[in-house]
Amino acid sequence: MTPAALADTAQQAGLFGTDPWWLVLLKAVFTFAFLVVTVLIAIVWERKVVAWMQLRIGPNRHGPWGMLQSLADGVKLALKEDLVVTGADKAVYVLAPIVCVIPAFMAFAVIPFGPAGHEVSIFGTRTTMQLTDLPIGMLYILATASVGIYGIVLAGWSSGSTYPLLGGLRSAAQMISYEIAMGLSFAAVFIYSKSMSTSQIVEAQQPRWFAVMLPVSFLVYIVAMVGETNRAPFDLPEAEGELVGGFNTEYSSLKFAMFMLAEYVNMVTVSAVASTLFLGGWRAPWPVSAVWAGANHGWWPILWITVKIQLLLFFFIWLRGTLPRLRYDQFMKLGWKVLIPVSLVWLVLVATVRALRNEGYGFPQVVLYVGAPILVVILLMSVWDVLRRREKAGPEQPQEPFDPMAGGFPVPPMPGQELPPVPRRRSRVQQPSPALEEPGEPAAVGGGTSDPKGADGA
Amino acid sequence: MTAPVLGPGLAAGPLAAGSLSSQGHSFLSPTGVEIVFVLVGLAVLGAAVLSVTTRQLVHAALWLVVALGGLAVEFLLLTAEFIAWVQVLIYIGSVVVLVLFGLMLTRAPIGRSPDADSRNRPVALGTAAAAAATLVTLVVDAFRTTWVDLDAGTGSARATGSSLFRHWVLPFEALSVLLLAALVGAIVLSRRDGDRTPPRPPRPRPGRAVSAARRTPAAPVAPTATPAAPGTSANPATNPATPPQER
Repeated sequence: MTPAALADTAQQAGLFGTDPWWLVLLKAVFTFAFLVVTVLIAIVWERKVVAWMQLRIGPNRHGPWGMLQSLADGVKLALKEDLVVTGADKAVYVLAPIVCVIPAFMAFAVIPFGPAGHEVSIFGTRTTMQLTDLPIGMLYILATASVGIYGIVLAGWSSGSTYPLLGGLRSAAQMISYEIAMGLSFAAVFIYSKSMSTSQIVEAQQPRWFAVMLPVSFLVYIVAMVGETNRAPFDLPEAEGELVGGFNTEYSSLKFAMFMLAEYVNMVTVSAVASTLFLGGWRAPWPVSAVWAGANHGWWPILWITVKIQLLLFFFIWLRGTLPRLRYDQFMKLGWKVLIPVSLVWLVLVATVRALRNEGYGFPQVVLYVGAPILVVILLMSVWDVLRRREKAGPEQPQEPFDPMAGGFPVPPMPGQELPPVPRRRSRVQQPSPALEEPGEPAAVGGGTSDPKGADGA
Repeated sequence: MTAPVLGPGLAAGPLAAGSLSSQGHSFLSPTGVEIVFVLVGLAVLGAAVLSVTTRQLVHAALWLVVALGGLAVEFLLLTAEFIAWVQVLIYIGSVVVLVLFGLMLTRAPIGRSPDADSRNRPVALGTAAAAAATLVTLVVDAFRTTWVDLDAGTGSARATGSSLFRHWVLPFEALSVLLLAALVGAIVLSRRDGDRTPPRPPRPRPGRAVSAARRTPAAPVAPTATPAAPGTSANPATNPATPPQER
């Protein structure tokens, strides 16, 4: 063997364990197929569930119970005309959907489907149910997710049209702001699991899930993952009411299909990451694991993680069916002024508790040392708040009357400004007799517009 | 001169695990990894050159992405996987995305933008050459023929972290102070004190500027959205907060 080949095999052993090449290939194909099939199911499932939530029937033409709807959609998209807009930057326009979809698939490579010990046998070779167990797996997931932003940003820019550009800008701002909160929630998990490898994070959740031990991190991640995947109520980059279709307005056929695929694959990936980091990964949920000892061995773990992913996907659909879309400034405020400060404070708290526990302090002492400063800070904050409110009661004044066309285009009111009352037609019921109409009153109440209409009605 | 500076850190750091001699190694019989390393390095160099010579603004940013991604691959080849993915996460995933964001928020016409080019080419070339020469001399002088064995774990998160927070704390903290200063500076530059009479500052109106520049993409001299003279065009490009002030 040449030194080069030796070095190559050494690296292979580091990346993919001791698997032979065909097994690595098989696992890669399985991961790909798992994602695609989950996406196909998820699309039908989403349309059905949203339909039920809105008291409709949903797709029911293709296949039994409409289950082949996604396949029909896929064929339809593939047969559509593939447009390239004249004003587009051709190379980037073609590249964008590819850049969007590849990182989405890549991130799934480090998700463990089963325990780390070589427990299953594929064609006589004992192996683990994980494509590759990188020691820095979570960092890899964050990195691939951040590369995926390029697809959307470049799609928006290269279309050469205004609405896609605005959609691309929105998505860039959105994903960067929510990625910070996401990374901070990961950091708390790293502190508890002492590792960035996905399989060891699952190992570390042996007695209790991290969703129970780190509830704030879990909540922050759940919010950030919805923001990261551009799903309702955070689907501002593709807000139909404001931006036509957002970044994918000018795309058609398979390129558009790639964006849809990437969105749903991202949903599956973040669900898998959520279940791996916080919900025990491939481990059976509590009542099952208590009753049945073999639930966490052999091929069974693949069932548990699939169930967890599907439940989280249902959660996504539920959100979409329930919540209205946020306004953009509210969304940014939530990201920068709520999620990031909360997760920073929480991270400091977690690190303090962890350090005290590592030093060997007992639980009551930890509670005292961590709880007392928090209590003091909360007290000080509330005292300061009360004092400040008393101070600020007087001078709060609206600076200027609201100008709806300030700067030459329609704008919402600034804080402190008030909208003028909406002119309304007077009720027709209240004026049956002309005797009631005083000469001065209508002009004072409704202005000039309501008077002739009222006269019309009478 | 530079070797003693780098010496203690290297000797105490994780690299000390490998032998630092060139015994048994030759630069004339490269291994596969080394060949790949050099090839990726050439690709990085090419992408870097393209990113400063291309006349399309967004393409320049994309070539920068290729160059930074190539650097991440180089780190991977040196088994520094932690640094490699952090490189992807920070530089590709955040820095260049922010650059693109700024470009698109101000102006990013499709096609060439000749007004983005300045007359400082020779100066820039000279500066780049001088910086490259300094860095190459520094690295060559520091390492000469030392050979670092890259066994597994040399570039792991644990090794990187312990070396960073044990031997390189001061540079690390100094860098963070530098970044903080840059942040504060950006805020100071972009805010306007005492200028409270207009509650809503006249915005640059990104949509109109972009569409105006885009309407004539093939024109040899695209109409610039900012009324700045070509000689001073570098200034509003670096600080997008200034043009509305001057208008």
